[in-house]
Amino acid sequence: MSQAAVIPQNAPEVWKLPSRGIVGMACLILAEAAIFLIFVVAYVYYIGKSLSGPTPRDVLTLPIFATICLLSSSLTVHLAVSTLHGDKRRLCSLWLAATVLLGSIFLGSTALEWYHLIYHDGLSIRTNLFGSTYYSLVGLHASHVIVGLLMLTLALIFSLRGAVTTRHTERLQVLSLYWHFVDGIWVVVFLVVYVLGR
Amino acid sequence: MTDPLESAQAIQHSGPNAEPRRRRSWIRRYIFTTDHRTIGIQYLLLALIAVIIGASLSLLMRLHLAWPDLPMPFWGVMKPEDYLALVTMHGTLMVFFVLTTAPQSGFANLVLPEQIGSRQMALPLLNAASFWLTVLSLLVLVSAFFMPGGAPISGWTSYPPLSAIAASGPGQALGMDIWLVSIGIFCIASTLASVNMLTTIVAERCEGMTLDRMPLTVWSWLVASMITVLVFSVLFAAAVLLLCDRHLGTAFFVPMGDLVNGQIVGHGDGTPLLWLHLFWFFGHPEVYIAILPGMGITSSLLANFSRRPALGYRLMALTTVLIGLLGFLVWGHHMFVSGMNPYAGTAFALTTMAIAVPSTAKVLSWIGTIWGGNLRLTTPMLFSLGFLSLFIAGGVTGPLLALPILDAYLHNTFFVVAHFHLIMAMAAIFSVFAGVYYWFPLMAGRQLHEGWGKVHFWLTFIAAYSTFFPMHLAGLAGEPRHYSQLSGGAASMAALIPLQRYISISAIVLVAAQLIFLTNLIWSVWHGKLSPANPWQATTLEWSTASDGQPIVLRGPYDYGVHPGQSDFLPQDALEPNPE
Repeated sequence: MSQAAVIPQNAPEVWKLPSRGIVGMACLILAEAAIFLIFVVAYVYYIGKSLSGPTPRDVLTLPIFATICLLSSSLTVHLAVSTLHGDKRRLCSLWLAATVLLGSIFLGSTALEWYHLIYHDGLSIRTNLFGSTYYSLVGLHASHVIVGLLMLTLALIFSLRGAVTTRHTERLQVLSLYWHFVDGIWVVVFLVVYVLGR
Repeated sequence: MTDPLESAQAIQHSGPNAEPRRRRSWIRRYIFTTDHRTIGIQYLLLALIAVIIGASLSLLMRLHLAWPDLPMPFWGVMKPEDYLALVTMHGTLMVFFVLTTAPQSGFANLVLPEQIGSRQMALPLLNAASFWLTVLSLLVLVSAFFMPGGAPISGWTSYPPLSAIAASGPGQALGMDIWLVSIGIFCIASTLASVNMLTTIVAERCEGMTLDRMPLTVWSWLVASMITVLVFSVLFAAAVLLLCDRHLGTAFFVPMGDLVNGQIVGHGDGTPLLWLHLFWFFGHPEVYIAILPGMGITSSLLANFSRRPALGYRLMALTTVLIGLLGFLVWGHHMFVSGMNPYAGTAFALTTMAIAVPSTAKVLSWIGTIWGGNLRLTTPMLFSLGFLSLFIAGGVTGPLLALPILDAYLHNTFFVVAHFHLIMAMAAIFSVFAGVYYWFPLMAGRQLHEGWGKVHFWLTFIAAYSTFFPMHLAGLAGEPRHYSQLSGGAASMAALIPLQRYISISAIVLVAAQLIFLTNLIWSVWHGKLSPANPWQATTLEWSTASDGQPIVLRGPYDYGVHPGQSDFLPQDALEPNPE
């Protein structure tokens, strides 16, 4: 059991805890991951169980270009954080703008894909189980892309107006964590919907 | 007449958090505040309102069960659908707004920051936002009663297809939507609250507060928050999918050709089994969200009032984490009779048995802590001992119900009602009472009346057993739960009516005993004995009397009785054993 108090004579290492912003975002990501997990589970649970068409094989094509855009936006947002850390503010704005652009291309490509599915292939959310699970999973991801893009655009506007300084590195880092998460989830969605489910 | 919150702040000022407070308007200080202690009190008051409504609903149910033809005041003779609506609302209120809100959000907000030597929660604004979202969620839920068709009738578990199809019963149209929206808001609120709590525990501990010096309450809030973050997200996702089924025409949970009121309404090719999996993946860990904080409170209080260190501190922290982990692997034991694969049933039976091991380790540690201790039988101690008793009594039937073959018979009977009311409802509520009696001085600067507290304890303890224990017998005799009335030819069921009447009378006594508590609570806020700064001679930091700045923690949380001849306790931040 515990002993009598021993007061340390020599100073121990400095008491250091992780920053609350990063821990908070990590916890939020954990919660979001659980939400995605359920949509993925619903998708996997119902793969091949639809009683009517169209099937994934009929209508889905691999969104290679959009995927490359989204994944490289992870790199650009990382560069935005590291350039801000090095106090190169104009470069930071540039990388933020690149991130927003790449993310928007991804979102536009998803919109095009949905347009095609709905008006040419006749697949809506109520058509069959594939439609229900596909639109809910990809839609959930797209809504996260939208939220991320809104926040990144805000950061870009502040940055262009010169309001972002090295003091804001940590906040930008928290935002970039969220964006990395959105990109990472896309890898899962891509594998489940376009590779496993097809 | 002194303002109770003022005197609470007076105590606060003498504590480690002496922070000069700017005079703010009344509304900013007591209503839309970001002060964690006030938010803690607000959460507890919210739970109190919810428990009053929930207990009243259960009394109506009990009256109806024992005297089916008795007209209720303002209501008349109860129809079966009214009874089911009561079942739904009672369960939802109690599970979400009482058992999740009070032990987890209420007490954690009240004392967690001080216990880890911080002044505040890591994200105070988010904290206030989650509280007000919880309030909104409660208002939305209660409004279901006033919708056309009334409250939903599919129980707090809301199994589809009953819950997915509006035509399936009164209350399943607008009432069910209201229920889902309320639960959705609640999920967001508690997830955000737990994100805040996790961040606080990870990032706001004061110097020296290493993981193995955290009080066991903090350990249990840590694990419970982790569970909350994961499973309330799952429930949120499931609720969204169910709403899609109801309004977007999807069919995640609706089977083909489902027959309701003689009409085929199923429009899809999904299966209700998916909802069962999702719901219980949330539902079982939810039980631990309710009970883990109670376990932490019990560990701390038993150590304090036995004046001995909590036996096996590391083991207790470890079992808390283990229970949290195993809690994710047992959800299938709620689904033995759902048509799930029987092999899966066997696997879930094994994991459920496994979770009894860390739970038993905890019970042994509690008994070891009080064994031969110098017991101080104060009211909070009595309630902690009551928790221990109810936890054992409700817990032993857990492994019984974990056997698929027994569960096939017992699942839809009163036996299950007895099991979860003893362990989840009563044990958890006893730990909440222990917490309220113990921490009341931090809220009001005064102590609750001890004499009336003891009367409250003994009446509640006896009435709790006398209400819920006989339900085992009704269950063994085969009486089904969720039925508004037992009539018809079954003579064996008619023979159980006297037993149900006895249970109802006990339930009335149980609820009446709480009036003593309420009176004591209100009276003590203004007239209770003024509390010294550390009334229970506790070691944890929420009672710290040091007045200067940030505390530095030097030792573990339960240094009771380790320095014979000197003071029998050593606060975590006290410099040296101070001779008294």
